[in-house]
Amino acid sequence: MNAQLLSYSIWVPIVGGLLVLAVGDRRAQLARWLALLVSLLAFAVTIPLYTGFDTHTAAMQFSERVAWIPSLNIYYHLGVDGISLWFVLLTSFLTVLVVISSWRNVQTRVAQFMAAFLIMEGMMIGVFCALDAILFYVFWEAMLIPMFLIIGVWGGPRRVYATIKFFLYTFLGSVLMLVALLYLYFHSNNSFDLLVYQHTPLGMTAQILIFIAFFVAFAVKIPMWPVHTWLPDAHVEAPTAGSVVLAAIMLKMGAYGFLRLSLPIVPDASHKLAWLMILLSLIAIIYVALVAIVQEDMKKLVAYSSIAHMGFVTLGFFVFDSVAIEGSIIQMLSHGFISAAMFLCIGVLYDRMHTRNIRAYGGVANVMPIFAALMMLFAMGNVGLPGTSGFVGEFMVVLGAYQVNPWFSILAATGLITGASYTLWLFKRAIFGGIVHPEVAALKDLDLREMLVLGTLAAFTLLLGVWPAPFLDIVHSSVQHLVAQVAVSKIPA
Amino acid sequence: MNAFLLHWTFAIPEIWVLSMACVVLLADLYLGERLRDVAPVLTVLTLLGAAVLTFFEIGQSGTAFAGQLLLDPFTNVAELFSYLAVLMVVLYSRRYLMDRGIYRGEIYVLLLFALLGVMVMVSGGSLLTIYLGLELLALSQYALVAFHRDSLSATEAGLKYFVLGALASGLLLYGMSLLYGLTGTLDVRHIAAALVNVNSSNLILVFALVFIVAGIAFKLGAAPFHMWLPDVYQGAPTLVTTFLASAPKIGAFALIVRLLIDGGYGMLESWQQIFIALTLVSLVVGNLIAIAQQNLKRMLAYSTVGHVGFLSLGIVAGTAAGFASAFFYTIVYVLMSLAGFGMILLLSRAGFEAERIDDFKGLAQRKPWYAFLMLIIMFSMAGVPPTVGFYAKLAVFQAVIAAGYVWLAVIGVLLAVIGAFYYLRVVKVMFFDAPDPDVDSENAPIVRDDLASATLSMNSLALLVLGIVPGPLMAFCFYAMQGVI
Repeated sequence: MNAQLLSYSIWVPIVGGLLVLAVGDRRAQLARWLALLVSLLAFAVTIPLYTGFDTHTAAMQFSERVAWIPSLNIYYHLGVDGISLWFVLLTSFLTVLVVISSWRNVQTRVAQFMAAFLIMEGMMIGVFCALDAILFYVFWEAMLIPMFLIIGVWGGPRRVYATIKFFLYTFLGSVLMLVALLYLYFHSNNSFDLLVYQHTPLGMTAQILIFIAFFVAFAVKIPMWPVHTWLPDAHVEAPTAGSVVLAAIMLKMGAYGFLRLSLPIVPDASHKLAWLMILLSLIAIIYVALVAIVQEDMKKLVAYSSIAHMGFVTLGFFVFDSVAIEGSIIQMLSHGFISAAMFLCIGVLYDRMHTRNIRAYGGVANVMPIFAALMMLFAMGNVGLPGTSGFVGEFMVVLGAYQVNPWFSILAATGLITGASYTLWLFKRAIFGGIVHPEVAALKDLDLREMLVLGTLAAFTLLLGVWPAPFLDIVHSSVQHLVAQVAVSKIPA
Repeated sequence: MNAFLLHWTFAIPEIWVLSMACVVLLADLYLGERLRDVAPVLTVLTLLGAAVLTFFEIGQSGTAFAGQLLLDPFTNVAELFSYLAVLMVVLYSRRYLMDRGIYRGEIYVLLLFALLGVMVMVSGGSLLTIYLGLELLALSQYALVAFHRDSLSATEAGLKYFVLGALASGLLLYGMSLLYGLTGTLDVRHIAAALVNVNSSNLILVFALVFIVAGIAFKLGAAPFHMWLPDVYQGAPTLVTTFLASAPKIGAFALIVRLLIDGGYGMLESWQQIFIALTLVSLVVGNLIAIAQQNLKRMLAYSTVGHVGFLSLGIVAGTAAGFASAFFYTIVYVLMSLAGFGMILLLSRAGFEAERIDDFKGLAQRKPWYAFLMLIIMFSMAGVPPTVGFYAKLAVFQAVIAAGYVWLAVIGVLLAVIGAFYYLRVVKVMFFDAPDPDVDSENAPIVRDDLASATLSMNSLALLVLGIVPGPLMAFCFYAMQGVI
């Protein structure tokens, strides 16, 4: 059982998704229940990964390795370490919430909708587990298809534009990564093993070219300034559940790519181009946060805030400090909870009012007190208030960056202030104040289902904020190992 | 036994197909209108029989009829895939032909003769046999394209194809004759041996190679020799287009194998340069012009040009792995276009060809299963995993990077992204657009056709299944190219 745990984590949701698809859209209620069952089962399968995880080693655990395409030397090779484990769990956990949260507000083609999310869950877990370059790429790309359909079929008015932009942007980013992976194949004795790549000596020019190819793929996915323009479009047009998965998990994949591929495979180029990465991260933190302030559409505002938060993550990577990198990983996890919650909160409002314009609201707290309280918590998390998960990650990144160059910290810290301003201003305008619009007065507070979803996320936001130790324990050994690896030059003598 | 007749058994599949083609022709003539179904049934039996006969030959290799005929793993594998391609065309054919009043035995006879042409090309060991096979194929194709006499566009396409095809055959033949003059032999293996002593900058040799490559490029549909392709693909009855995009491409690939690899591998560096140019032009022309198309058949024709560009990347690599990956790409391309054109066939009905992209509007609501299949086909053509189209591209990129042409691979992937756009557009039309208000099951029914529908489902699902387990098919293609270098 333990030996194929990762395979189960990947294939249970995919096979389950196909079953849901087979149920058909006519039996919507059955499809919903089956999807919930599958997502719970898929989550249950990933829990032993946590309980059975050995925190003392940086080696890959739960490994599986089977020949897949012998002619091209491609293996079905899976494994998790401290860096990827949390993302596997985050994915399977959030999919359960996504299924529950879409229970009512998706009424057309229900089975297809649920199936797309389940299949996508399997593929996303595949990305975090794959240790073979081609397997990684297959999952990385395949996941675009369900997301393309989710935005395009269930999205808003400009969905076609947004989804094609999303697809082409990401596709363009990743094909260059494919060329880099193929290039590496011939410099590592014909192997597609990512772990072998980590020990392949490479000259500086080759490293820089490979770094750029990886960078394009990951920067688009994260997204980093200036290739972030697809994200606000995709978020605004995507259905709530699509936004949740996009923000909470897909964005993390780009960052994960930096950790798994860029840093260990091309360490010298990473050091050499770190200034550029730090610069882009700081621009994301400061400039994109300023852009977020002026947004009228709540989803767009949170989308820009996601880009700014991911700026902290990339900043943490490229100061090459173990505290900062651990902080980045915690920040990714925390953003997974908080951005998911923020989008769900906006979804709650949208379901009732069918608009996301901030001006249409005001005084929501008067009629929806429970909702306002929960959203307050997430807003505080988004700001990075101590006690919430948002604080831990950002604090560690700023701390780590300070040791390298105080200016990085000072500039990044201004991002915290702008972050506070756009989040609190949004909150003030939408939730507080008197009721101006009669529609708002008629709003009903959260029902049990919504409370369950948001309450769970609130619990995790607080848990990670108050007691991050169990989360950090898992990450620690792998990050130490990574930092040691990046410090060693790979240029052949 | 006479040395000439030694190994005559190598020709048994060809002899079988030839005899059966005559049987089908006669049987159809005598049985007449009411027992028309006999012709396709006999054709299917012929193909199955040929597959069994070829299957028994696997593992043997050698020459027969004084080197006129070659048997190696490539022959076997390419023949098996050709049978499969023709089989699918036959399975798709019945209702489509009936709806247009051209359900006649001759079409199956022509298909069998075309298949025979492909088989001769695949197993040809001398310039003469290869040319003979090529002409047999080409003449059957001209007739097939113009088969629907009452259709103006089909007749026009037939004539266009004939004139340009004859020109290409002429080019090829001229190149062959120069090669013969230079080496004094028609046997490709002797040519290879004789070329060792020829200086690669020899003017006659260069001329010969240029003409041969141009002829092959025409048959394959590589730009800038692709001009006939969109017009013929669009004008021909969709069933014939389906066929044109299948077995004949295997035949065209056989030309590369026999003439350029078996015969001209020593001259690799000379023709490699020409192929690099062909690849680049095909990739750019195919993928860019396809964006502008409103007609799906025409779009798929330009996408064919693009696919030829991708598969030529494997040829450019010039290594055993490169040729194998190009062959794999060819097979995958054949499977994809059989499915793509098969979908158009299936949605067409009497008096209506579902060939405009707009005809696919809202298909996801009208017929979700077909829309799902088309989704697989389009993503496979775009080369998005987990469909088999991705591995085809992966294999050629891998080969071309191994040969040191990283820049070609970079251009290739960028054009693959551009290509993704027009495939996505079809998906967009099917899934995101609503059907036109005047299109409903009353005035625009999707005609029920269980046989073709089942074939299409198998065909499209194969693209997905092969994408999850591509190992065996790829190993098969690598096996096929074992004996070649």
